[in-house]
Amino acid sequence: MAGHSHFSPANVEEHFEFSAEGKKRIIYAFIAGLAALALGIYLLSKGEAGGHEVANAGHEAVKAGHEAAGEHLSGGAVSHQAGAEEHYDWTNRIWANVWLNAVFFTGIAVVGMFFVSLQYLTKSGWSAVMKRVPEAFPKFLYISLPILAAVFLFKGDVIFHWMHHGVTEVGSENYDKIIAGKSGYLNKNFFLIRLVVFGGLWILLWNMLRKKSLEEDLNGGTEYFTQLVKIGTAFIVIFGASSSIFAWDWVMSIDTHWFSTMFGWYMFASWHVTTYAVIVLAILYLKDKGLMGYVNDNHLHDLGKFMFAFSIFWTYVWFEQFLLIYYANLPEETIYFLERWEGHNKIYKTSEILMVILNFLLPFLVLMTRDAKRTRIFLKIAAFLIIAGHYMDFYQMIMPGVLGKHGGYGLVEFGMVTVFASAFIYVISGELTKASLVAKNHPFLPEALHHDI
Amino acid sequence: MSSTTNYILGVYDDEDEVLHAVTAVKAKGIKIEDVFTPFPIHGLDVAVGHARTRLPIAAFMFGTLGLICALALISYTMVFDWPMIIGGKDFFALPNWIPVTFEGTVLFTAFGLVTTFCVSNNLYPGNKAEPLDLRITDDKFVMAINVDKNKVSAADIKKALKDSGAIEVNTK
Repeated sequence: MAGHSHFSPANVEEHFEFSAEGKKRIIYAFIAGLAALALGIYLLSKGEAGGHEVANAGHEAVKAGHEAAGEHLSGGAVSHQAGAEEHYDWTNRIWANVWLNAVFFTGIAVVGMFFVSLQYLTKSGWSAVMKRVPEAFPKFLYISLPILAAVFLFKGDVIFHWMHHGVTEVGSENYDKIIAGKSGYLNKNFFLIRLVVFGGLWILLWNMLRKKSLEEDLNGGTEYFTQLVKIGTAFIVIFGASSSIFAWDWVMSIDTHWFSTMFGWYMFASWHVTTYAVIVLAILYLKDKGLMGYVNDNHLHDLGKFMFAFSIFWTYVWFEQFLLIYYANLPEETIYFLERWEGHNKIYKTSEILMVILNFLLPFLVLMTRDAKRTRIFLKIAAFLIIAGHYMDFYQMIMPGVLGKHGGYGLVEFGMVTVFASAFIYVISGELTKASLVAKNHPFLPEALHHDI
Repeated sequence: MSSTTNYILGVYDDEDEVLHAVTAVKAKGIKIEDVFTPFPIHGLDVAVGHARTRLPIAAFMFGTLGLICALALISYTMVFDWPMIIGGKDFFALPNWIPVTFEGTVLFTAFGLVTTFCVSNNLYPGNKAEPLDLRITDDKFVMAINVDKNKVSAADIKKALKDSGAIEVNTK
């Protein structure tokens, strides 16, 4: 339309400047997060953190009765908590939070790569104006993947039931036949190999993609596009397998006895929609700074549709997983939802309900109309709701299995997520400065500039 | 189109021309009733100034109706009329009903929308199409102006159409 017809790709190069002021603000947020975290840890060591936590005095008395109830609910299957209870240490909550945030932000980082690859694989035109934003996300993998590996190596037994001492040794008092049967897959070395190989491939392919994409800016020509399509395709194939594998490894194996064939999709759906919300917020931030003027309401509308559609997709996957388990009513499967619904003194019930409201009901209603998807304030509200909701979703996936009734929302949680979020913003902002915000020699750029829906 | 309406039709040869003509004619304060083209022209609806369709609102209402109807039907049959225990669940086993409720919502939305669309466009079996000019199904673009709805005189409208590049100007 008339508005952008004077826009020629020759004059579009545009750079984001990560100002000293901006850096300072993020560092302050980081320090504030650290302070909250330190205070949280201090209170935790005193046994006072977390509003929900059972006070230590009455703890032992409640424990016996609760455990019996747990046994009853699980129909005699040995529940993970019975094992975790014995080695519970107050520092576990810190490691559980590191793990939760590392998994959450790894997802946002890698889905940035997934999004760009998908655009190349499908040869999509509209996204050429904004692909530099998600393209910067995987930089955070350099931080989050080593954190995952380190927590696994040093504190793996806190997170994973299957790493507890003796669970796979016949004759040990902790021997667990079910886990021993899974030890061909769930063992320390193979887990680490998967983490290193697939994580390494993610980083390698992102580096290749990034390099070609920046060279395209300098030289132009369609041969870069063809090569980028190939890299993107390779990544999609690898990510198809590795996203599911990591969902089993990093999250599902926490509740080692339990399994769900939908879990890979479920976790990917959660990562996916969160990343769209982050992309939208990043673009709106840049637009507020006066940059990316060529990203118009039509592009935002499409991103809004993605947030809307994948919120529903997440709900579909989450609900189908629940429904099949609810309907079949097999004790070894229902334990997962019972734990979150009425187990552990019901501390997880509120966030289980809140999460569905935040992840489905509100995005569904807020983003339903065309006008909402073209109005920035609605997009921002929806994006914040989605990010908060899916953080809560990951919280629900990880915490009940790791912490049981010792979980809660306290300073440790808020501190840790602030630390990770500000680190993420810092790293991504730094990476955004390294390239023009618009891929000026992208062959589909003219098409994207005239995107009109 | 009723035959008593007084139309002036500008016939154009080219899609770019008709798109520019729309702007030119509107600039003279003439209200355009509609533009008929053999294929969709990008940006034409915006140029003519058509209001956006209200079908999405209808969709939401049909969806809500479907949701209520589906839930009402299942509750009536499974809870009140003939309570049944299935799989040891409550009579009011909401999670079990979600898939059916979803399907009911989609069904009502789809049928409701198609019906609304057909009714609002006078599409029904046996209705004869009365194109203002037969060539709009072939290779011509026709801008229709309702004289009765315009304050501009018929002569001025005809002149405006000619000036904007119409190859013929007809009345109907």
